[in-house]
Amino acid sequence: MTALLDIRGLKAEIDGRQILNGLDLTVNKGEIHAIMGPNGAGKSTLSYVLSGKPGYEITGGEVFFNGEDLLAMDPDERAAKGLFLAFQYPLEIPGVATLTFLRTALNAQRKKRGEDELSSPDVLKRVRELAKQLSIDPEMLKRPLNVGFSGGEKKRNETLQMALLEPKLCVLDETDSGLDIDALRIVADGVNRLRATDRGMIVITHYQRLLDYIVPDVVHVLSAGRIVKTGGKELALELEATGYAQYQSEAA
Amino acid sequence: MNAEIRPVKTAAEIGLADLFAAVRKDLPGGSSIEAIRSDAFDRFAAQGLPNSRVEAWKYTDLRRLVRDAKPLASRPDAAAKTAASGAGAVFAGLDVRRLLIVDGAFVPELSDLAALEAGVAIRATVEALGTEEMVLPFGMAGADPVAALNTALAGDGVVITVAADVVVERPIHLVFVTTGAAPAAMFTRSRLELGNGASLTLVETHEGPDQSDYQVNAALQMDVGDKASLDHIKITSEGAAALHVTTLEASIGAGANYREFGFTTGGAVVRNQLFLRLAGEGTITSVHQASLLSGRQHADITLTVDHAAAGSQSREVFKAVVDDEARAVFQGRITVHPGAQQTDARMMARALLLSDEAVANCKPELEIFADDVQCGHGTTTGALDDQLKFYLMARGIPEKEAEALLIQAFVGEVIDAVAREDLRDALSRTMHDWLKGRE
Ligand SMILES: Nc1ncnc2c1ncn2[C@@H]1O[C@H](COP(=O)(O)OP(=O)(O)OP(=O)(O)O)[C@@H](O)[C@H]1O
Ligand SMILES: [Mg+2]
Repeated sequence: MTALLDIRGLKAEIDGRQILNGLDLTVNKGEIHAIMGPNGAGKSTLSYVLSGKPGYEITGGEVFFNGEDLLAMDPDERAAKGLFLAFQYPLEIPGVATLTFLRTALNAQRKKRGEDELSSPDVLKRVRELAKQLSIDPEMLKRPLNVGFSGGEKKRNETLQMALLEPKLCVLDETDSGLDIDALRIVADGVNRLRATDRGMIVITHYQRLLDYIVPDVVHVLSAGRIVKTGGKELALELEATGYAQYQSEAA
Repeated sequence: MNAEIRPVKTAAEIGLADLFAAVRKDLPGGSSIEAIRSDAFDRFAAQGLPNSRVEAWKYTDLRRLVRDAKPLASRPDAAAKTAASGAGAVFAGLDVRRLLIVDGAFVPELSDLAALEAGVAIRATVEALGTEEMVLPFGMAGADPVAALNTALAGDGVVITVAADVVVERPIHLVFVTTGAAPAAMFTRSRLELGNGASLTLVETHEGPDQSDYQVNAALQMDVGDKASLDHIKITSEGAAALHVTTLEASIGAGANYREFGFTTGGAVVRNQLFLRLAGEGTITSVHQASLLSGRQHADITLTVDHAAAGSQSREVFKAVVDDEARAVFQGRITVHPGAQQTDARMMARALLLSDEAVANCKPELEIFADDVQCGHGTTTGALDDQLKFYLMARGIPEKEAEALLIQAFVGEVIDAVAREDLRDALSRTMHDWLKGRE
């Protein structure tokens, strides 16, 4: 069976600085992978390179998404094929109403996949349902995207987008940061509802707490641009106790 | 004016002098009007077409941009009228009173003059001039050479009066349209007198064929009474080769509410000059302008706001989206006169440049002669935000669509200032059409 995501020896630079140093990672359908690692290790960089953010130069390696060459696709194409990144720092877009944005995104993806576009009322219905599940005030949907949203509200909004777009691979970059304890559970429940046999997830986090809610199948340590250790969910607990010191020296 | 010696006259200046000499006897109005016209032409001739050394015309050098003078357009014949009848389509389907000005002449038979509201009068400018009515003299715009040229050569237009306390529900739409392939010049003068406590929405559209390098010099004077309410919306979507110069002069009475909105998408060279005098105390004025430019278009909005009395508020917001090698100009000067205490004036100009060759020149100025005021201005110029674009694309929105969303968001703030929803929607459609043209 083809892996959902297959990263082989990925090397990437930004502004002449090498950040990813030959990274290997395979995610199969139905699996949840957690990635932990010290600040500056390259976790967000990996998520950006996967989603096609401009500015990165790929200097080595390959990435296959459902067997297709991911790096050859534009960001919107990757999204339409089912890749979703929940941003560590979601952006504010003044003047674009959240609901307009959601509808435009959903229909753009459907169009690209050759599916029928959904009417505004249909989209609204779906969005309202999801907003309710994630305890998002429906009034917020009328506001410009993320503008004036609190840190936690932005993260919930990312989760809402993910649930609406029903991607094949979800990459969550520190979706737990900035969430209070109740919000963490709400967001985690939202993510867990998306667990499916045909869907994979990469959960980037610094804290074991999130992994109590979203229980991973595999845990990786990313240090200095490479996966330096892979284990089961108990690895996260171990890291909580020991920190990253041993992996940083290994990577150096 | 300084006493500099003017260089040799250009072909266009010579052409305009010949034109005036040839037509002056035939222009509407008796001897007192003729005297005003000659005087105005002399004022124009003394200055000539403005060049970039004239401060108010710094970025729009008409001496260079206007190659020749065109003959005056002839009064529209049957073919012209047929060609004109579908004009002003931006507001098609809306319940507005359409008044057509075809090739510079008001055409009553194409206009909707039925069931005029009590207290509303509409006449052709040519008719007002025929009775020696003083519709031509300018106030603060009078010193401007192009406005002077308009006074000298204005042939027709519309004069609208609304009596005190009359609330006109149905917007009036002035449809200015140029027809015909042979390039001609149109000089129109229109007037609005809005009585004390009266209320009106006045919409203007300007359009013409892409193939002809016609020239429009249109002027509108508005006298807004005390406690009156006026929404004025002007859409400039002239043909691709056209020269379009308009002068708007408005005097705003005490406690009046005045919302000015301008939307410029068409014309090779456009200059919209606005001279606003907040004459009475406690007026509330807003001026919103959006220019969407591409190709080698040049559009200049030059705005003068005089806070002449105490306690008035004004907001000026200018937004330009500039693609290809186009140029957007915004010059805004707010003058707070002595005694205009408690003035609250704020001006903002923002330009979005969509290509490396696109240019925006923004020059806001404040001149303050009173001490108890709140005034401010700012400008920003920049490209589309790549980070925002990536965020949209990462959600599956294709690049052009992502750009369109961001551009809409940028211009949206200005369109949102239009009070009536039906007009706002029509303006949004115009914006969408422009964005579609980019794809
Ligand atoms: N434009 C840039 N030029 C040079 N270095 C950069 C640039 N952008 C990011 N970096 C560097 O890349 C490295 C990896 O950053 P990245 O954001 O991927 O780390 P991270 O693992 O997500 O860290 P955190 O846990 O703090 O979120 C950092 O050292 C960062 O400073
Ligand atoms: Mg990070």
